[in-house]
Amino acid sequence: MEKPMLSMKNISKAFNGITVLDSVDFSVKKGEVHALMGGNGAGKSTLMKILTGVYSADQGEIYIDDQLVEIKNTDDARKNYISMIFQEFSLIPTLTVAQNIFLTREDKTSFGLLNDKECVEKTRKLLQELEVDIDPNELVGNLGVGYWQMTEIAKALSQETKILVMDEPTASLTKKETKILFSFINQLKSKGYAIIYISHRMDEILEICDRITILRDGKHVATEDCKQIDLDMVIQYIVGSSMDKAFEWKEREYATDVAPVLEVKNLSIGSKVQDVNFNLYPGEIVGIAGLMGSGRTETVSAIFGTGPKDSGDINVNGQPVTIKTATDAIKAGLALIPEDRRVQGLVLEHSVKDNVILPILSKMQKGLFIDNKKADKVANDFVKKLNIKTDDIYKTTNLLSGGNQQKIVLAKWLANDPSVLMLDEPTIGVDIGAKTEIVDVVRELADSGKAILVISSELPELLALSDRILVMHEGRIIREMQRREIHTEEELQHAIQGF
Amino acid sequence: MQSKDSNLNGTVAVGSHTVSRKKTFDWRNYIVYFAFIGVIIYFSVTLHDQGFVSTDNLLNIIRQTAMISLMGLAMTFVISTGEIDLSVGSIAALSSLTAALALQAGYGMIGGVAVGLGTGLLVGLVNGLLLTKLGIPSFLVTLATLGTVGGLAMWITDTAPVPIVDATFNFVFGSGDIGPIPILLIWTIVATIIAHLLLRKTSFGRQTLATGGNESAARFSGVNTQRIKLLVFLGSGFMAGFAGLLYAGRMHAGRFTFGQGDELSVIAAVILGGTSLFGGVGTVIGTVIGSLMIGTINNGLIIMGLDVSQQMMIKGLIIILAVAFGRKAIKR
Repeated sequence: MEKPMLSMKNISKAFNGITVLDSVDFSVKKGEVHALMGGNGAGKSTLMKILTGVYSADQGEIYIDDQLVEIKNTDDARKNYISMIFQEFSLIPTLTVAQNIFLTREDKTSFGLLNDKECVEKTRKLLQELEVDIDPNELVGNLGVGYWQMTEIAKALSQETKILVMDEPTASLTKKETKILFSFINQLKSKGYAIIYISHRMDEILEICDRITILRDGKHVATEDCKQIDLDMVIQYIVGSSMDKAFEWKEREYATDVAPVLEVKNLSIGSKVQDVNFNLYPGEIVGIAGLMGSGRTETVSAIFGTGPKDSGDINVNGQPVTIKTATDAIKAGLALIPEDRRVQGLVLEHSVKDNVILPILSKMQKGLFIDNKKADKVANDFVKKLNIKTDDIYKTTNLLSGGNQQKIVLAKWLANDPSVLMLDEPTIGVDIGAKTEIVDVVRELADSGKAILVISSELPELLALSDRILVMHEGRIIREMQRREIHTEEELQHAIQGF
Repeated sequence: MQSKDSNLNGTVAVGSHTVSRKKTFDWRNYIVYFAFIGVIIYFSVTLHDQGFVSTDNLLNIIRQTAMISLMGLAMTFVISTGEIDLSVGSIAALSSLTAALALQAGYGMIGGVAVGLGTGLLVGLVNGLLLTKLGIPSFLVTLATLGTVGGLAMWITDTAPVPIVDATFNFVFGSGDIGPIPILLIWTIVATIIAHLLLRKTSFGRQTLATGGNESAARFSGVNTQRIKLLVFLGSGFMAGFAGLLYAGRMHAGRFTFGQGDELSVIAAVILGGTSLFGGVGTVIGTVIGSLMIGTINNGLIIMGLDVSQQMMIKGLIIILAVAFGRKAIKR
């Protein structure tokens, strides 16, 4: 039997008396890609933060090559050749790519000063090896999210590493970038790295991983060979019960002979979005597909008044509207659930209730004051309706899981009863259970007559939801496809890749 | 599970878009330089007959701005980490007095310098520890030390100035000229070079910028951000103490009014120079230019015969204009 390169034994951890990890065993072999799965709050991230020295375990041992090691801080982890690519990026936007990659490990000249030239050269070489087209001197803040990920990986590999932890590495990557990443992971595998791969995406795990370990509620549930496992089994382990077929498309009925609720005409934003035209009908779900940087996010931000717009007209219910700020958009009956919910969608330090009623404060007033009874009722209704898992409506939102946070963002905008709901990557970083719930909620909303516009990089999700799909490429809508005309994911994939 | 593509080892570019890397020249990043040149030209033309361009007057501007520049250098590091130090003016006042008292008590020049700088370091240490250990925001910590230290400076001599008779001290710290060059100019140049190298060319500088750019990311990258913050506050205290010595040497006395209100000019110089108030972006050279610009404007307005109230208003307006035009450099 091959001995594991890393083994974590009997790891336990509690925060404020709440057990997050309960005697978990976990091991990885040399040259293995080992998937770590589990719903939100299963303890994956905590386990990895213990491995990388961000937290220390209350109990348990870590062995590397059969040697007991102590990992008390990130420095210790590094000394033991453990690197992690964090989901919350660990890059500094105000420094360049090269400066980020070699931060705290810069080359020095003979006078002890920083040798940036050397770092830039090394970075250039490294990025070439990785076949990533990024200028080492570019400020990280000027790069798109996908390139952040690549920079992040380059950073992890620029130091001597044996064990590489990847937390949702493909969350913000396109299919093509994901392919490159995978070929790259295979390279690392053959070089003898041990890779721990955290993901919610089953297809990826089955494609790239050798073994899989599943955690549930802080406990180890199973470790299996990926060749001997299938999707249903994994989902069984994760949720403990069988999943419904939420990701299957259902042809929906909606009136097609009515006036559009939203008309976008000749929308242009510099070179990013050019001459975009489309209509949205009541009860319809329209998906926008496209690569990163194809102008999807810019388009919806411009419609909602949170992003710049050079030209273009917007009609809501046949009436031209002027939208300069989000307030205008909300008044016109639009709602946008932004891509980065933590930054743009929620006041994390505020309670569930405060977040939900924020956009509708004026409706919650009784005289000069907020009618707390009414507000509580509205918040409670939404918690129930969207199945938000929280102790009560007064809990601060940063204590909730990603899926539940996303549901609160949804609730927040639904409270205002918009006629058009735009969702930008609604299920990013959300576990499978919450994902299907979000899909269901979106369908229900459309059934109730709302027009829905969804941006998603996850094609199965887009295909499951949309009645119609607009394909964007380099700032233009290059195709419009009826859902029933699309038979496989590959067809859509082809359209997205453009020419 | 065998879905590998044969061309993966080929030349796949990431995505279909390469990163746009046209480096367009953004004049707003250099606003302070243009503004400075503009100010000089304006005063040179309008005040030519009143002797604005005379060597004496220009050297005078340098003498008047040296303390602001020196405190600004250290403040650049503080602001680059995303923090702020409001206590520098009070520290300068207290240091001028403690140094003068030490000299008066016969500890000699080295003793006086050590006491003055030690005073600054001590207050900086207190600021830094309150920030890093107790987690009190630097704005509050230094607002409190601004008051406490300022009060202490008034109290130790019951507001009386303490004269300094040590000629060497007075020469080295402010009053002296070497040939035609004021010693304050030499101090400014030496400190600027050191600060510039420190920020641009050392790990400490890089980690300072990283801390301000994204603190948690810096921590995950192995930067001891608490240590960095403690160090920048120690540096700020030290330089404020040094400015106190220069005030003392220039005026041949220690006095509680020296440095009073300087924190505003210092912070304005740093922000005008292009350092981001949100941290992560800092420039030492910009700070010195910012400081010289404020000094030049002050000087020009005095020559024009404007009184203090008018000077204050014009200074305020100029700061707002400069910051508004250069706001891209300030926003991330």
